[in-house]
Amino acid sequence: MKEKRLMDRRKAIFTGLTSAGALLLSGCLKKAPPTYGNILRMGDGLTYLAQRGLLSQRALAMEYQKSDITSFPVTDIGNPADPASKNAYSKTYQELQSNNFKDWSLSIEGSVKKPGKYTMDALKKIGERTQITRHTCEEGWSAIAEWTGVPLGAVLTDAGILPGARYVSLYGFDRYAESIDMLDAFHPQTILAHTMNGESLPARNGAPLRLRVETQIGYKSVKFLQRIVVTDKFVDPNSDITGGWSWYTGI
Amino acid sequence: MSASQRQETEGYGHRRWVKSTHFIITLSFLVLTVSGYVILMSHPRLYWGKAGNDLTPALFELPVSRNYHHGGWEKSVPFKNLTGKQVSAVRTYDIFNENGWGRSTHFLGAWFLVATGLVYLIAGFFSGHFRYKLAPKKGEFNFKALWADFRSHFRKKTYYPGKYGVLQKFSYLFVIFFLFPIVILTGFTMSPAITASYPILLKIFFGHQSARTIHFFSSVLLVLFLVVHVIMITVAGFRRNLRAITFGK
Repeated sequence: MKEKRLMDRRKAIFTGLTSAGALLLSGCLKKAPPTYGNILRMGDGLTYLAQRGLLSQRALAMEYQKSDITSFPVTDIGNPADPASKNAYSKTYQELQSNNFKDWSLSIEGSVKKPGKYTMDALKKIGERTQITRHTCEEGWSAIAEWTGVPLGAVLTDAGILPGARYVSLYGFDRYAESIDMLDAFHPQTILAHTMNGESLPARNGAPLRLRVETQIGYKSVKFLQRIVVTDKFVDPNSDITGGWSWYTGI
Repeated sequence: MSASQRQETEGYGHRRWVKSTHFIITLSFLVLTVSGYVILMSHPRLYWGKAGNDLTPALFELPVSRNYHHGGWEKSVPFKNLTGKQVSAVRTYDIFNENGWGRSTHFLGAWFLVATGLVYLIAGFFSGHFRYKLAPKKGEFNFKALWADFRSHFRKKTYYPGKYGVLQKFSYLFVIFFLFPIVILTGFTMSPAITASYPILLKIFFGHQSARTIHFFSSVLLVLFLVVHVIMITVAGFRRNLRAITFGK
Protein backbone atom coordinates (compact mmCIF):
# COMPACT_ATOMS: atom_id res chain seq x y z
CA MET A 1 0.00 0.00 0.00
CA LYS A 2 1.19 3.47 -0.84
CA GLU A 3 2.14 5.52 2.14
CA LYS A 4 0.24 8.77 2.38
CA ARG A 5 2.47 11.70 3.07
CA LEU A 6 1.82 15.38 3.42
CA MET A 7 4.54 16.04 0.90
CA ASP A 8 6.69 13.80 -1.24
CA ARG A 9 10.33 14.48 -1.94
CA ARG A 10 9.83 16.05 -5.32
CA LYS A 11 7.20 18.39 -3.98
CA ALA A 12 9.44 19.33 -1.05
CA ILE A 13 12.37 20.20 -3.33
CA PHE A 14 10.12 22.17 -5.65
CA THR A 15 8.44 24.10 -2.83
CA GLY A 16 11.80 24.78 -1.18
CA LEU A 17 13.34 26.11 -4.37
CA THR A 18 10.36 28.31 -5.18
CA SER A 19 10.25 29.85 -1.72
CA ALA A 20 14.01 30.42 -1.74
CA GLY A 21 13.64 32.05 -5.16
CA ALA A 22 10.78 34.24 -3.98
CA LEU A 23 12.74 35.33 -0.90
CA LEU A 24 15.81 36.13 -3.01
CA LEU A 25 13.73 38.03 -5.52
CA SER A 26 11.92 40.12 -2.94
CA GLY A 27 15.26 40.89 -1.28
CA CYS A 28 16.79 41.89 -4.60
CA LEU A 29 13.81 43.97 -5.66
CA LYS A 30 14.47 46.28 -2.73
CA LYS A 31 17.58 47.36 -4.62
CA ALA A 32 15.56 48.15 -7.72
CA PRO A 33 13.65 51.42 -8.20
CA PRO A 34 10.05 51.52 -6.94
CA THR A 35 7.38 50.00 -9.19
CA TYR A 36 4.19 51.36 -7.59
CA GLY A 37 2.64 47.98 -8.34
CA ASN A 38 2.93 48.48 -12.11
CA ILE A 39 3.80 45.24 -13.90
CA LEU A 40 5.76 47.08 -16.62
CA ARG A 41 7.94 48.74 -13.98
CA MET A 42 8.50 45.31 -12.37
CA GLY A 43 9.82 44.11 -15.71
CA ASP A 44 12.08 47.20 -15.89
CA GLY A 45 13.27 46.41 -12.33
CA LEU A 46 14.08 42.84 -13.34
CA THR A 47 16.04 44.10 -16.34
CA TYR A 48 17.94 46.51 -14.09
CA LEU A 49 18.85 43.77 -11.59
CA ALA A 50 19.74 41.27 -14.32
CA GLN A 51 21.96 43.75 -16.17
CA ARG A 52 23.63 44.80 -12.93
CA GLY A 53 24.10 41.18 -11.88
CA LEU A 54 25.08 39.54 -15.16
CA LEU A 55 27.02 42.19 -17.07
CA SER A 56 30.42 43.67 -16.41
CA GLN A 57 29.92 47.09 -14.85
CA ARG A 58 33.32 48.38 -15.99
CA ALA A 59 33.10 47.22 -19.61
CA LEU A 60 33.36 50.11 -22.03
CA ALA A 61 30.75 50.84 -24.66
CA MET A 62 32.04 50.48 -28.22
CA GLU A 63 34.26 53.38 -29.26
CA TYR A 64 34.36 54.27 -32.96
CA GLN A 65 36.72 55.81 -35.50
CA LYS A 66 36.56 59.47 -36.58
CA SER A 67 35.34 58.27 -39.99
CA ASP A 68 32.28 56.68 -38.31
CA ILE A 69 30.94 60.03 -37.03
CA THR A 70 27.42 60.72 -38.34
CA SER A 71 24.99 63.61 -38.48
CA PHE A 72 23.25 64.24 -35.17
CA PRO A 73 19.56 65.15 -34.85
CA VAL A 74 18.28 67.20 -31.91
CA THR A 75 14.94 65.86 -30.74
CA ASP A 76 14.70 67.09 -27.14
CA ILE A 77 11.92 68.92 -25.31
CA GLY A 78 12.91 72.44 -26.37
CA ASN A 79 15.39 75.29 -26.40
CA PRO A 80 15.93 76.79 -22.91
CA ALA A 81 17.15 80.04 -24.52
CA ASP A 82 13.97 80.54 -26.54
CA PRO A 83 10.91 82.06 -24.80
CA ALA A 84 8.76 80.30 -27.43
CA SER A 85 9.78 76.93 -25.90
CA LYS A 86 7.22 77.17 -23.12
CA ASN A 87 8.19 74.31 -20.84
CA ALA A 88 11.91 74.38 -21.49
CA TYR A 89 12.52 78.15 -21.41
CA SER A 90 14.70 79.57 -18.64
CA LYS A 91 15.39 83.28 -18.35
CA THR A 92 18.56 82.56 -16.37
CA TYR A 93 19.80 80.30 -19.13
CA GLN A 94 19.03 82.87 -21.82
CA GLU A 95 21.09 85.46 -19.91
CA LEU A 96 23.99 83.03 -19.39
CA GLN A 97 23.98 82.18 -23.07
CA SER A 98 23.93 85.83 -24.16
CA ASN A 99 27.16 86.25 -22.18
CA ASN A 100 28.66 83.15 -23.81
CA PHE A 101 28.31 81.25 -20.48
CA LYS A 102 31.05 83.29 -18.79
CA ASP A 103 28.96 83.41 -15.59
CA TRP A 104 27.85 79.79 -15.80
CA SER A 105 28.79 77.35 -13.06
CA LEU A 106 27.72 73.86 -12.06
CA SER A 107 26.28 73.45 -8.59
CA ILE A 108 27.04 70.21 -6.73
CA GLU A 109 24.81 69.53 -3.74
CA GLY A 110 23.56 66.80 -1.45
CA SER A 111 25.56 63.98 0.14
CA VAL A 112 29.01 65.46 -0.58
CA LYS A 113 31.71 66.76 1.76
CA LYS A 114 32.15 70.04 -0.06
CA PRO A 115 29.03 71.16 -1.85
CA GLY A 116 29.53 74.20 -4.02
CA LYS A 117 29.80 75.69 -7.46
CA TYR A 118 32.29 74.62 -10.12
CA THR A 119 33.19 76.97 -12.95
CA MET A 120 34.03 75.49 -16.36
CA ASP A 121 37.75 76.10 -15.73
CA ALA A 122 37.58 74.37 -12.35
CA LEU A 123 35.81 71.37 -13.93
CA LYS A 124 38.33 71.13 -16.77
CA LYS A 125 41.16 70.96 -14.23
CA ILE A 126 39.67 67.81 -12.66
CA GLY A 127 40.16 65.60 -15.67
CA GLU A 128 39.50 64.98 -19.34
CA ARG A 129 38.35 62.12 -21.51
CA THR A 130 37.65 62.02 -25.25
CA GLN A 131 35.50 59.28 -26.74
CA ILE A 132 33.77 58.57 -30.03
CA THR A 133 30.58 56.84 -29.00
CA ARG A 134 27.09 56.02 -30.20
CA HIS A 135 24.02 57.83 -28.92
CA THR A 136 21.12 55.36 -28.95
CA CYS A 137 17.69 57.00 -28.85
CA GLU A 138 14.63 55.17 -27.51
CA GLU A 139 12.85 56.23 -30.71
CA GLY A 140 15.04 53.84 -32.67
CA TRP A 141 17.68 56.02 -34.29
CA SER A 142 21.35 56.30 -33.38
CA ALA A 143 24.17 58.75 -34.04
CA ILE A 144 27.93 58.71 -33.53
CA ALA A 145 29.89 61.72 -32.26
CA GLU A 146 33.15 62.58 -30.56
CA TRP A 147 32.75 63.90 -27.03
CA THR A 148 35.31 65.47 -24.72
CA GLY A 149 34.48 66.07 -21.11
CA VAL A 150 35.22 65.58 -17.45
CA PRO A 151 34.57 62.10 -16.01
CA LEU A 152 31.60 62.43 -13.64
CA GLY A 153 33.27 60.02 -11.21
CA ALA A 154 36.27 62.35 -10.91
CA VAL A 155 34.01 65.34 -10.24
CA LEU A 156 32.12 63.40 -7.56
CA THR A 157 35.40 62.27 -5.99
CA ASP A 158 36.59 65.87 -5.97
CA ALA A 159 33.41 66.95 -4.20
CA GLY A 160 33.88 64.01 -1.82
CA ILE A 161 30.79 61.82 -1.81
CA LEU A 162 29.66 60.64 1.62
CA PRO A 163 29.52 56.91 2.46
CA GLY A 164 25.72 56.68 2.28
CA ALA A 165 25.48 58.22 -1.20
CA ARG A 166 23.84 55.96 -3.80
CA TYR A 167 22.28 58.03 -6.57
CA VAL A 168 23.19 61.09 -8.62
CA SER A 169 20.51 63.41 -10.01
CA LEU A 170 21.37 65.79 -12.83
CA TYR A 171 19.19 68.81 -13.55
CA GLY A 172 19.19 70.77 -16.81
CA PHE A 173 18.13 74.39 -17.44
CA ASP A 174 15.40 73.05 -19.74
CA ARG A 175 13.69 71.56 -16.64
CA TYR A 176 14.67 68.10 -17.75
CA ALA A 177 16.40 65.90 -15.19
CA GLU A 178 17.49 62.30 -14.70
CA SER A 179 19.12 60.25 -11.99
CA ILE A 180 21.62 57.41 -12.30
CA ASP A 181 23.08 54.99 -9.78
CA MET A 182 26.70 55.14 -8.55
CA LEU A 183 27.77 52.33 -10.91
CA ASP A 184 26.84 54.37 -13.96
CA ALA A 185 28.03 57.62 -12.35
CA PHE A 186 31.50 56.12 -11.88
CA HIS A 187 31.57 54.31 -15.23
CA PRO A 188 34.74 55.50 -17.01
CA GLN A 189 32.77 56.70 -20.05
CA THR A 190 30.19 58.66 -18.06
CA ILE A 191 31.38 62.19 -18.67
CA LEU A 192 30.20 65.77 -18.39
CA ALA A 193 30.87 66.77 -21.99
CA HIS A 194 31.85 70.33 -22.93
CA THR A 195 33.13 69.56 -26.43
CA MET A 196 31.41 67.81 -29.33
CA ASN A 197 33.18 66.88 -32.57
CA GLY A 198 36.06 69.17 -31.65
CA GLU A 199 34.03 72.35 -31.03
CA SER A 200 32.59 73.63 -27.80
CA LEU A 201 29.20 72.02 -27.27
CA PRO A 202 26.80 73.61 -29.83
CA ALA A 203 23.77 75.41 -28.35
CA ARG A 204 21.12 72.81 -29.12
CA ASN A 205 23.33 69.85 -28.23
CA GLY A 206 23.28 70.97 -24.60
CA ALA A 207 25.65 73.93 -24.16
CA PRO A 208 27.66 74.56 -22.12
CA LEU A 209 27.80 71.14 -20.44
CA ARG A 210 25.85 67.91 -20.83
CA LEU A 211 25.91 64.42 -19.45
CA ARG A 212 26.94 61.40 -21.52
CA VAL A 213 25.91 57.98 -20.14
CA GLU A 214 27.13 55.59 -22.82
CA THR A 215 25.73 52.41 -21.24
CA GLN A 216 22.14 53.65 -21.31
CA ILE A 217 19.60 54.96 -23.83
CA GLY A 218 19.92 58.61 -24.91
CA TYR A 219 17.26 60.15 -22.69
CA LYS A 220 19.42 59.64 -19.60
CA SER A 221 22.05 62.05 -20.99
CA VAL A 222 20.75 65.35 -19.59
CA LYS A 223 21.63 68.53 -21.53
CA PHE A 224 22.17 72.16 -20.42
CA LEU A 225 23.43 71.09 -16.99
CA GLN A 226 22.64 73.37 -14.05
CA ARG A 227 23.14 71.29 -10.92
CA ILE A 228 24.00 67.85 -9.63
CA VAL A 229 22.49 66.46 -6.45
CA VAL A 230 23.95 63.39 -4.75
CA THR A 231 21.38 61.46 -2.68
CA ASP A 232 21.30 58.48 -0.32
CA LYS A 233 17.76 57.55 -1.32
CA PHE A 234 16.33 56.87 -4.74
CA VAL A 235 14.93 59.94 -6.45
CA ASP A 236 13.35 60.12 -9.88
CA PRO A 237 13.64 63.84 -10.68
CA ASN A 238 11.93 63.63 -14.06
CA SER A 239 9.18 61.30 -12.76
CA ASP A 240 10.12 58.71 -15.37
CA ILE A 241 8.46 55.95 -13.40
CA THR A 242 5.17 57.64 -12.55
CA GLY A 243 5.18 59.16 -16.05
CA GLY A 244 5.11 55.69 -17.58
CA TRP A 245 8.76 55.35 -18.62
CA SER A 246 11.57 53.11 -17.51
CA TRP A 247 14.06 54.73 -15.13
CA TYR A 248 16.82 52.32 -16.09
CA THR A 249 17.47 52.07 -19.82
CA GLY A 250 20.39 49.71 -20.35
CA ILE A 251 18.29 48.24 -23.18
CA MET B 1 -16.92 13.37 -24.78
CA SER B 2 -18.22 10.73 -27.17
CA ALA B 3 -16.25 7.60 -27.99
CA SER B 4 -15.37 8.76 -31.49
CA GLN B 5 -14.11 12.08 -30.21
CA ARG B 6 -11.98 10.38 -27.62
CA GLN B 7 -10.50 8.19 -30.30
CA GLU B 8 -9.72 11.26 -32.35
CA THR B 9 -7.62 12.92 -29.66
CA GLU B 10 -6.06 9.80 -28.28
CA GLY B 11 -2.35 9.57 -28.85
CA TYR B 12 -1.99 13.01 -30.40
CA GLY B 13 -2.05 15.16 -27.28
CA HIS B 14 1.27 16.86 -26.74
CA ARG B 15 3.27 16.40 -23.56
CA ARG B 16 2.43 18.67 -20.69
CA TRP B 17 5.65 20.73 -20.83
CA VAL B 18 5.26 21.16 -24.58
CA LYS B 19 1.74 22.50 -24.03
CA SER B 20 2.64 24.95 -21.28
CA THR B 21 5.79 26.30 -22.97
CA HIS B 22 3.89 26.56 -26.27
CA PHE B 23 1.14 28.54 -24.51
CA ILE B 24 3.49 31.02 -22.79
CA ILE B 25 5.66 31.45 -25.89
CA THR B 26 2.59 32.08 -28.07
CA LEU B 27 1.30 34.74 -25.67
CA SER B 28 4.72 36.43 -25.34
CA PHE B 29 5.18 36.34 -29.10
CA LEU B 30 1.86 38.14 -29.62
CA VAL B 31 2.78 40.74 -26.96
CA LEU B 32 6.21 41.19 -28.58
CA THR B 33 4.72 41.58 -32.06
CA VAL B 34 2.23 44.25 -31.02
CA SER B 35 4.70 46.21 -28.84
CA GLY B 36 7.43 45.81 -31.47
CA TYR B 37 5.12 47.35 -34.03
CA VAL B 38 4.39 50.25 -31.66
CA ILE B 39 8.16 50.81 -31.22
CA LEU B 40 8.67 50.68 -35.00
CA MET B 41 5.93 53.31 -35.44
CA SER B 42 7.96 55.93 -33.57
CA HIS B 43 10.84 55.58 -36.06
CA PRO B 44 9.68 53.70 -39.17
CA ARG B 45 13.04 54.09 -40.94
CA LEU B 46 15.52 51.26 -41.24
CA TYR B 47 19.23 51.53 -41.95
CA TRP B 48 22.28 49.42 -42.55
CA GLY B 49 25.46 50.02 -40.54
CA LYS B 50 26.70 51.27 -37.20
CA ALA B 51 24.28 54.18 -36.77
CA GLY B 52 21.45 55.89 -38.63
CA ASN B 53 18.96 58.69 -38.08
CA ASP B 54 16.69 61.18 -39.87
CA LEU B 55 19.74 63.11 -41.10
CA THR B 56 21.43 60.08 -42.66
CA PRO B 57 20.22 58.01 -45.64
CA ALA B 58 17.78 55.20 -44.85
CA LEU B 59 17.67 51.73 -46.36
CA PHE B 60 13.89 52.14 -46.60
CA GLU B 61 10.96 53.70 -44.80
CA LEU B 62 7.69 52.10 -43.81
CA PRO B 63 4.40 54.00 -44.07
CA VAL B 64 3.24 52.95 -40.60
CA SER B 65 2.74 56.15 -38.62
CA ARG B 66 2.66 59.91 -39.04
CA ASN B 67 6.44 59.82 -38.47
CA TYR B 68 6.73 58.31 -41.96
CA HIS B 69 8.34 60.88 -44.25
CA HIS B 70 9.36 62.89 -41.22
CA GLY B 71 8.05 66.43 -40.96
CA GLY B 72 9.88 69.67 -40.35
CA TRP B 73 13.47 70.29 -39.36
CA GLU B 74 15.28 73.53 -38.68
CA LYS B 75 18.08 74.54 -41.02
CA SER B 76 20.93 72.07 -40.57
CA VAL B 77 24.22 73.29 -39.14
CA PRO B 78 27.46 71.56 -40.17
CA PHE B 79 29.98 70.51 -37.50
CA LYS B 80 32.78 72.89 -38.39
CA ASN B 81 35.73 70.75 -37.28
CA LEU B 82 34.68 67.67 -39.20
CA THR B 83 35.91 67.09 -42.73
CA GLY B 84 32.75 65.24 -43.79
CA LYS B 85 29.25 66.50 -44.41
CA GLN B 86 27.91 65.71 -40.94
CA VAL B 87 25.32 68.16 -39.68
CA SER B 88 23.10 68.79 -36.72
CA ALA B 89 19.45 69.82 -37.08
CA VAL B 90 16.57 70.42 -34.71
CA ARG B 91 13.27 68.60 -35.16
CA THR B 92 10.32 70.97 -35.19
CA TYR B 93 7.32 68.63 -35.17
CA ASP B 94 5.72 66.44 -32.57
CA ILE B 95 6.22 62.77 -33.36
CA PHE B 96 4.06 59.75 -32.58
CA ASN B 97 5.82 58.09 -29.64
CA GLU B 98 4.25 55.48 -27.37
CA ASN B 99 7.56 53.93 -26.41
CA GLY B 100 7.06 54.49 -22.68
CA TRP B 101 4.79 51.48 -22.43
CA GLY B 102 5.81 50.09 -25.82
CA ARG B 103 9.41 49.44 -24.83
CA SER B 104 8.70 48.15 -21.33
CA THR B 105 5.94 45.86 -22.61
CA HIS B 106 8.35 44.57 -25.26
CA PHE B 107 11.02 43.76 -22.69
CA LEU B 108 8.53 42.16 -20.30
CA GLY B 109 7.34 39.94 -23.15
CA ALA B 110 10.99 39.22 -23.99
CA TRP B 111 11.66 38.07 -20.41
CA PHE B 112 8.82 35.53 -20.65
CA LEU B 113 9.92 34.43 -24.11
CA VAL B 114 13.59 33.96 -23.18
CA ALA B 115 12.90 32.24 -19.84
CA THR B 116 10.28 29.88 -21.31
CA GLY B 117 12.40 29.35 -24.41
CA LEU B 118 15.28 28.16 -22.24
CA VAL B 119 13.01 25.74 -20.36
CA TYR B 120 11.74 24.48 -23.73
CA LEU B 121 15.28 23.98 -25.08
CA ILE B 122 16.49 22.13 -21.98
CA ALA B 123 13.38 19.93 -21.80
CA GLY B 124 13.52 19.35 -25.55
CA PHE B 125 17.09 18.10 -25.44
CA PHE B 126 16.79 15.93 -22.35
CA SER B 127 13.38 14.40 -23.05
CA GLY B 128 14.40 13.33 -26.54
CA HIS B 129 11.65 15.53 -28.02
CA PHE B 130 14.07 17.11 -30.48
CA ARG B 131 15.76 13.81 -31.34
CA TYR B 132 12.64 11.72 -31.88
CA LYS B 133 10.04 14.22 -33.05
CA LEU B 134 11.89 17.07 -34.75
CA ALA B 135 15.19 15.71 -36.12
CA PRO B 136 14.77 14.52 -39.72
CA LYS B 137 14.91 10.74 -40.00
CA LYS B 138 17.14 8.87 -42.41
CA GLY B 139 15.80 9.25 -45.90
CA GLU B 140 13.95 12.45 -45.06
CA PHE B 141 16.95 14.65 -45.51
CA ASN B 142 16.95 14.88 -49.27
CA PHE B 143 15.43 17.00 -51.97
CA LYS B 144 13.14 14.23 -53.25
CA ALA B 145 11.46 13.75 -49.86
CA LEU B 146 11.07 17.49 -49.39
CA TRP B 147 9.59 17.90 -52.86
CA ALA B 148 7.19 15.02 -52.34
CA ASP B 149 6.08 16.51 -49.03
CA PHE B 150 5.71 19.93 -50.62
CA ARG B 151 3.50 18.53 -53.40
CA SER B 152 1.41 16.56 -50.99
CA HIS B 153 0.43 19.84 -49.29
CA PHE B 154 -1.58 20.73 -52.38
CA ARG B 155 -3.37 17.40 -52.46
CA LYS B 156 -4.69 17.64 -48.93
CA LYS B 157 -2.62 14.64 -47.87
CA THR B 158 -0.82 16.57 -45.18
CA TYR B 159 -2.01 14.70 -42.14
CA TYR B 160 0.56 12.53 -40.40
CA PRO B 161 -1.01 11.00 -37.31
CA GLY B 162 1.28 11.39 -34.30
CA LYS B 163 4.32 12.60 -36.20
CA TYR B 164 5.52 15.63 -38.12
CA GLY B 165 5.99 15.90 -41.88
CA VAL B 166 9.40 16.68 -43.35
CA LEU B 167 8.63 20.28 -44.27
CA GLN B 168 6.93 20.73 -40.93
CA LYS B 169 10.08 19.49 -39.17
CA PHE B 170 12.32 21.80 -41.16
CA SER B 171 10.16 24.86 -40.57
CA TYR B 172 9.97 24.12 -36.81
CA LEU B 173 13.74 23.60 -36.62
CA PHE B 174 14.33 26.80 -38.61
CA VAL B 175 12.09 28.77 -36.23
CA ILE B 176 13.44 27.24 -33.00
CA PHE B 177 17.16 27.12 -33.80
CA PHE B 178 17.55 30.02 -36.24
CA LEU B 179 14.84 32.69 -36.23
CA PHE B 180 14.24 32.90 -32.48
CA PRO B 181 17.98 32.98 -31.59
CA ILE B 182 18.56 35.65 -34.27
CA VAL B 183 15.65 37.80 -33.14
CA ILE B 184 16.76 37.59 -29.49
CA LEU B 185 20.45 38.25 -30.22
CA THR B 186 19.71 41.21 -32.52
CA GLY B 187 17.47 42.53 -29.73
CA PHE B 188 20.45 42.31 -27.36
CA THR B 189 22.60 44.06 -29.97
CA MET B 190 20.41 47.16 -29.68
CA SER B 191 21.13 47.40 -25.94
CA PRO B 192 23.93 49.80 -24.96
CA ALA B 193 24.63 47.97 -21.68
CA ILE B 194 24.70 44.45 -23.16
CA THR B 195 26.93 45.46 -26.09
CA ALA B 196 29.35 47.15 -23.68
CA SER B 197 29.92 43.71 -22.12
CA TYR B 198 29.58 41.77 -25.39
CA PRO B 199 30.85 44.04 -28.19
CA ILE B 200 31.12 40.95 -30.40
CA LEU B 201 27.35 41.25 -30.99
CA LEU B 202 27.93 44.53 -32.82
CA LYS B 203 30.48 42.76 -35.04
CA ILE B 204 28.30 39.71 -35.76
CA PHE B 205 25.31 41.82 -36.83
CA PHE B 206 27.28 44.62 -38.60
CA GLY B 207 26.39 47.37 -36.12
CA HIS B 208 23.49 48.79 -34.15
CA GLN B 209 21.25 49.78 -37.06
CA SER B 210 21.96 46.62 -39.06
CA ALA B 211 20.93 44.62 -36.00
CA ARG B 212 17.70 46.62 -35.85
CA THR B 213 17.02 45.89 -39.52
CA ILE B 214 17.78 42.16 -39.09
CA HIS B 215 15.54 42.18 -35.99
CA PHE B 216 12.74 43.63 -38.14
CA PHE B 217 13.10 41.08 -40.95
CA SER B 218 13.37 38.09 -38.64
CA SER B 219 10.23 39.19 -36.81
CA VAL B 220 8.45 39.52 -40.17
CA LEU B 221 9.50 35.93 -40.95
CA LEU B 222 8.24 34.80 -37.53
CA VAL B 223 4.87 36.42 -38.17
CA LEU B 224 4.76 34.72 -41.59
CA PHE B 225 5.53 31.43 -39.88
CA LEU B 226 2.65 32.07 -37.45
CA VAL B 227 0.26 32.70 -40.34
CA VAL B 228 1.30 29.54 -42.23
CA HIS B 229 1.29 27.57 -38.95
CA VAL B 230 -2.32 28.57 -38.24
CA ILE B 231 -3.37 27.85 -41.85
CA MET B 232 -1.83 24.35 -41.71
CA ILE B 233 -3.48 23.65 -38.38
CA THR B 234 -6.81 24.74 -39.76
CA VAL B 235 -6.43 22.58 -42.86
CA ALA B 236 -5.36 19.55 -40.81
CA GLY B 237 -8.23 19.92 -38.34
CA PHE B 238 -8.37 23.02 -36.22
CA ARG B 239 -10.41 21.59 -33.34
CA ARG B 240 -8.38 18.43 -32.96
CA ASN B 241 -5.03 20.24 -33.16
CA LEU B 242 -6.15 22.92 -30.73
CA ARG B 243 -7.25 20.23 -28.27
CA ALA B 244 -3.93 18.46 -28.66
CA ILE B 245 -1.91 21.57 -27.80
CA THR B 246 -4.20 22.72 -24.96
CA PHE B 247 -6.35 20.29 -22.97
CA GLY B 248 -6.17 17.13 -25.07
CA LYS B 249 -4.92 14.01 -23.31
